[in-house]
Formats: sequence, structure tokens, C-alpha cells
Amino acid sequence: MVTKLEVKNLYKIFGEHPKKALKMLDKGINKDEIFKKTGQTVGVKNASLAINEGEIFVVMGLSGSGKSTLVRLLNRLIEPTQGQVLIDGHDITKVDDKELRDIRRSKISMVFQSFALMPHMNVLDNTAFGLELSGVNVQERHEKARNALAQVGLESHANSYPDELSGGMQQRVGLARALTNNPDILLMDEAFSALDPLIRTEMQDELVRLQSEHQRTVVFISHDLDEAMRIGDRIAIMQGGEVVQVGTPDDILHNPANDYVRSFFKGVDVSNVFCARDIASRSSLTLIKKDSSEGLITGLKLLNENERDYGYVIDKSQRFLGVVSTISLQDVIKNKQTLSEAIIDDIQPIAADTSIGDIISIVAHSPCAVPVVDDQQKYVGVISKARLLETLDKEASV
Amino acid sequence: MSTESNPWATASDDTGAAESTASNPWGGAASTQNSDAMSMSASGTPVEQTDFSLLHPFQDVWIPLDSWIETGVSWVVTNFRPFFTAVKAPVDATLTAVDSTFNAAPPLLVIALFGLIAWQLSGRRLAIGSVVGLITLGAIGAWQESMTTLALVVTSVLFCIVLGIPTGIAMARSDRAAKVIRPILDIMQTTPAFVYLVPIVMLFGIGNVPGVIVTIIFAVAPVIRLTNLGIRQVPSDLIEAANSFGADKKQMLFKVQLPLAMPTIMAGVNQTLMLGLSMVVIASMISVGGLGLMVLRGIGRLDIGLATIGGIGIVILAVILDRMTQSLGQDARQRGTRHWYETGPIGLLLAFKK
Repeated sequence: MVTKLEVKNLYKIFGEHPKKALKMLDKGINKDEIFKKTGQTVGVKNASLAINEGEIFVVMGLSGSGKSTLVRLLNRLIEPTQGQVLIDGHDITKVDDKELRDIRRSKISMVFQSFALMPHMNVLDNTAFGLELSGVNVQERHEKARNALAQVGLESHANSYPDELSGGMQQRVGLARALTNNPDILLMDEAFSALDPLIRTEMQDELVRLQSEHQRTVVFISHDLDEAMRIGDRIAIMQGGEVVQVGTPDDILHNPANDYVRSFFKGVDVSNVFCARDIASRSSLTLIKKDSSEGLITGLKLLNENERDYGYVIDKSQRFLGVVSTISLQDVIKNKQTLSEAIIDDIQPIAADTSIGDIISIVAHSPCAVPVVDDQQKYVGVISKARLLETLDKEASV
Repeated sequence: MSTESNPWATASDDTGAAESTASNPWGGAASTQNSDAMSMSASGTPVEQTDFSLLHPFQDVWIPLDSWIETGVSWVVTNFRPFFTAVKAPVDATLTAVDSTFNAAPPLLVIALFGLIAWQLSGRRLAIGSVVGLITLGAIGAWQESMTTLALVVTSVLFCIVLGIPTGIAMARSDRAAKVIRPILDIMQTTPAFVYLVPIVMLFGIGNVPGVIVTIIFAVAPVIRLTNLGIRQVPSDLIEAANSFGADKKQMLFKVQLPLAMPTIMAGVNQTLMLGLSMVVIASMISVGGLGLMVLRGIGRLDIGLATIGGIGIVILAVILDRMTQSLGQDARQRGTRHWYETGPIGLLLAFKK
């Protein structure tokens, strides 16, 4: 993994005397106290991030957590107070205005929550806006703009004006405008937050699709955990101007760094976030099928001793074979049959990456806990009705 | 061009001649007046001085502001004459050009041209209105005067735009500039026009050119203020977006700020135009010709007919110009078309071509 964009010890303090506030921060005085004493607002405090090339990196936090400030520090729409922003190892906090403009024109584009389309230009000119600023001639920039519009499926609206489009279409134009420059880095500041949920999902899919065509580095700002989980390769969580946790969605979900991070998950629809693997329990009883003997009687004995009605049969390499019950075992012992004939055909395993939303009815109708297997048919665990209920009860699951 | 067809040409020739012969007619007069005033204040005041009484503290003037101003203005007049002549020159040249064009052009051509422009800018209704209004102007015998007034107003507004929009842009860009310019605008707008007629006459003389200068002073404020306002009101997210795509200052101004501020700026131009027209009557006091002079003569001679004709002329011009500049503030889409050239006479022409 190549690091595309790196942020090192970045600070932003709003106000007249940032130095004073910086000193107080060094002494460990908190943000509210600094504001009370000096009137300086700490926007971002000691943020360090390394964003890899080609990943969708989501910065998440509640409003006021400094995420929008952080993203603006990345292209210096807001001047950092202290610290470094490295694009391909090059510190952009030190470049002069002209070089900064060149970087903004060629390397880094932004999509805004409010769309920020120019009302006096039509869709095509809006899309070509970045190239127009770079001084590209009309024909070439219109051609590239048309390509970008085609990528977001809006080429037929090239001559419309922004106020004639719906919100979702406007943001597609915003996205196309950012793509026209063919930037390495795409900054998206709550880009889909102003859209209704259906369009939002559609736009997320669109972004992921575009990402699969061209590997761009995307920094996505969001306050919506569902969105972050859905599209993010990695997520950084911000609180009060600080980055409190960085990790993959699973990491953060399973090991939240503090209560603030944990509190995000309270509202999350876990049935979309978790998959079968996440909640499968290994505590159930497994019977190992041996080559030498069928081991029917020992199996039955094991189940009886542990007071279980069902056993999950795997082979020595952990491959799942099937489910047996005490009744089916007794039947085959009586009829002198083999273990494979004791397996109950009705109970089929579910794949490990099935989302919880999709397994609810399977678990509900199954006589026993449902086995989960991975894509190599290896046994992962089982999901019982109780386990499923516990997961769906959000408060208890975190 | 004969002198009869263009009376203003002779007037400006006169002033030119006066300047060349007596290099400073106003300066001389002012300085004698001034020395009188000085001697008054030097010798007269101590004689008049009575005991200071708390009951009548303001019986005597404490600060002789009037004589200070007189001294100041006459000093400027004597020492900066070339400067003011230089200021006058471009105004003079523009005014002469515009005025002679309007007055020399056949009235029917002017009427037709106005009709076409009105049609293009606004629509058929305004075009018909303009034509009818201008024919009325000619019919009531105010054509020549109307054209003179029109030339004065057009020249003034032209200079107001040329001076006002850059000033407005400067105000919008720098809070410090705004802080300095705003009180000056306040003074220009609140000082009664009569007050600065006197120093203007002393500095620039009388006639149409000083009339234009007075009109500029009186009318420039709205276009400056509204340019400033328009640019400051451009939504900050659009400014941010333009910045994020690497716009430099010039691109920001011409590609984002000015286009978005245009309706507001046009409202300022419209207001400037209206103020310019209302200044026409007052400016006639310093021997500015046109409809204002008709009104002034009418008042002087109690000639209600003449005054009314002048008044009606101003109103007709005002309505036509107001409607035309108002429609400048709308873009084509507000009028239901994609592009401005799709309607009006040009639209018709293009349609024929196809």
C-alpha cells in the first residue's frame, strides 16, 4: 500500500491568537477551557492520518467534531495553524499560492454538501469549470466534461441549468465536475448528506462503481455510520477536533476505542452492518467424523452428556458435513447405518458473509441453531435464535 | 455641423476661449473676495467683539468655517487648475461625441433604434411604449432638449459605471477600503446638490460638462454600493468551490463574483440612471441645457406650459430608460428563453437566416 495523503500533527485554531491556544493545548488544557479563556476555537487538534492510494477513507464524527475543517485543511481551503499535509510526500502547507492553485487544478478535487454549482452556468460549463480555470480550450474541456457527465449518467442534461435538476442530479454534476479534472484525490464533504436516503444509497453505489473503474483516493466526510460502513475501506472517527480511532469498519465495530465511538453504533441498523460470521458462536458441540470408525455411539454419548439435541459434524480439516440430532443418531445405530445417513437434510448451512437481515427467517424457522460456513465450506460456528435476538437488540450488542 | 444645430458646441468653445484668454477667471474673483473676507475677519472681528456672555455663547462665531472653506477652495482653484482641466477633458470629449450623435441623427432613426433596443432587452410591449413615448417627445416640441438631456444622462451614467463598478469591487474586496469609502458615499448622497454646485462652478466653470460632473457626484453612489453588496452577497460556498478548483483572483472576479452579482449591479445602474435624470433639473442652474433648462425657464417666467413640457419629457425618458435597464438585470432564462439572442429583433433575424 502506497500512502497517498498523509497528515502529520495537524492543528487548526480559529481566532486571532492561535499561538496562545497552541501553548495551552500543549499544557493539556481542553478545548472548552481554551475557548473560555482566550476566545480561540480549536478546530482540529493533533490529527495524524495516513491515507492509502486507491482507498475510500471515511472521516466520521458528529457536527462540530472538526471533520469538515479537517477535509478543508487537506486542500488548504482553510490554512492549517501547525502541522503537515503531505500529498505524495510533498508538503502542501509550504507551497506558494500559485503552486497551490496548480495542485487544486490537477491533483485534488472536492465535492460539496451544498453542491455549490454555479447557477449562471449550464451543466456542461459547470462540469468543465475546473478545466476552464486551468485554461483548457473550450472544445477540449467540453469533450472531457461530456465524458465525465457520461460517467455519472447525465450526458443528456448537458444544456440544463442546475436549478432545473433534482438534488441527486445536481450532486452528480458536482461529482462529474470533480472528476473532469481527473484528480488523484477526491475530497467529498458530506457529499450525499443532503440527499434523501434512496438517492443517497444510489449515489454511494455510483461512487463505489466509479472507484472500481478508476482507483482514486477518496476522502469521504460523513456523519452517517451506515454510509461510512457501506463505502469505507477505512474509517477515522473524530471527536472534538481529535482523531480518536482509525481502522476498518470491522475493527471499529468490534473494538470501539471509547464510549463516544460506541455511541455511534446505537443508532446503527446492525442487520446491515454485521454478517453471519460476526455473530456465529463456536460454543456449540461439534462431532468430528473420523475415517477409521463411524463413532456413532461416542457421538451420541457426547451429546447426551452435554445435554444437547443437535450435533454439528465436521471432518478433520474443519469442513462442515451436516447436522445430526440425538434422535437421528439413535435411528442409524438401531438400523446399523453410517453417520452420513444420520445427517438431517432440512438443515442447510448459511454462508459466512450473508448479512443478518437475510438470515432472520432462516434462523427463525430452523429447529436448531443454524450452522455457518465460509466460502470453502469450512465450519465457522452456529447462530441460535437467542444469539440473533441479542444482536438485533442494539443496546446489548455493543 | 452648423452652430445652430448644435448650440452646445459653441458653449464649450466659449469656455475654452475664456480659459485661454483669462487663464483663471474664477481664481481672480475668488481671491479678491477672499482677501475681503480675510480683512473682515482680521480687522472687523476685534471691533465687534463684545464681552463673552454665557447667556449668549454663540453670538460670535467661534470657528470661521466659511472663510476657511473659501480660502481652501480658492487656493485649490488657483493652484490646481490644470488638474481640473484634465479631469474635464475626457468628460468633455465623451459628452461632445454622444451629444452630437443624438442631435445629429434623424429623429426617426433614433426612435427606431430605441424601439429595437427596447424590444431586444425587454420585449414588444416596451418597444411599442418607447416608440410612442419618443414620438410624443417630438410632438410636444421637446425633441432637441430631450436628446441633449439623454446625452447628458448617458454620459453621466457611463462615467458612473466606469468609476463606480471598480470602486464597488475594491470595497467588496477590502474591508478597509469599504470603511473609508462608505462615509464619502454618505456625504455625497446627503449633501444637498445646491451646496456643491458652487464649488463645482468655481472649479469647472458652467455649462454641460460641469453639469455632467455634478450628476456623476450625485448619482454614482448607488452603483458603488450595489456593486459592493452584490459581490459580498455571492454565496460563500460558491466562492469556496471556485477556490477548491484553483481559481485565482481574476478568475474569481470575472467568472464567479461579477456574473452572480450582475442583477444587483444592474439594479445599481438603474438607480444611478434615475438619480441622474432627477439631477438634470438642478444642474440646469449652472447653465446645463436640455429638459431641465425648460423646467427652470418655466419656473423663472411662470410659464406653466414650458415647465410642464420639460417635466413630461423627463418623465417619459425616465420611464423608458428605467424599464430598459431593469430588464438588463434579468437573465435570458427569467424571460423564458435559453439565450438572449433567441428573442427580439436579433432572434427574428437569426430565425430568418435559418
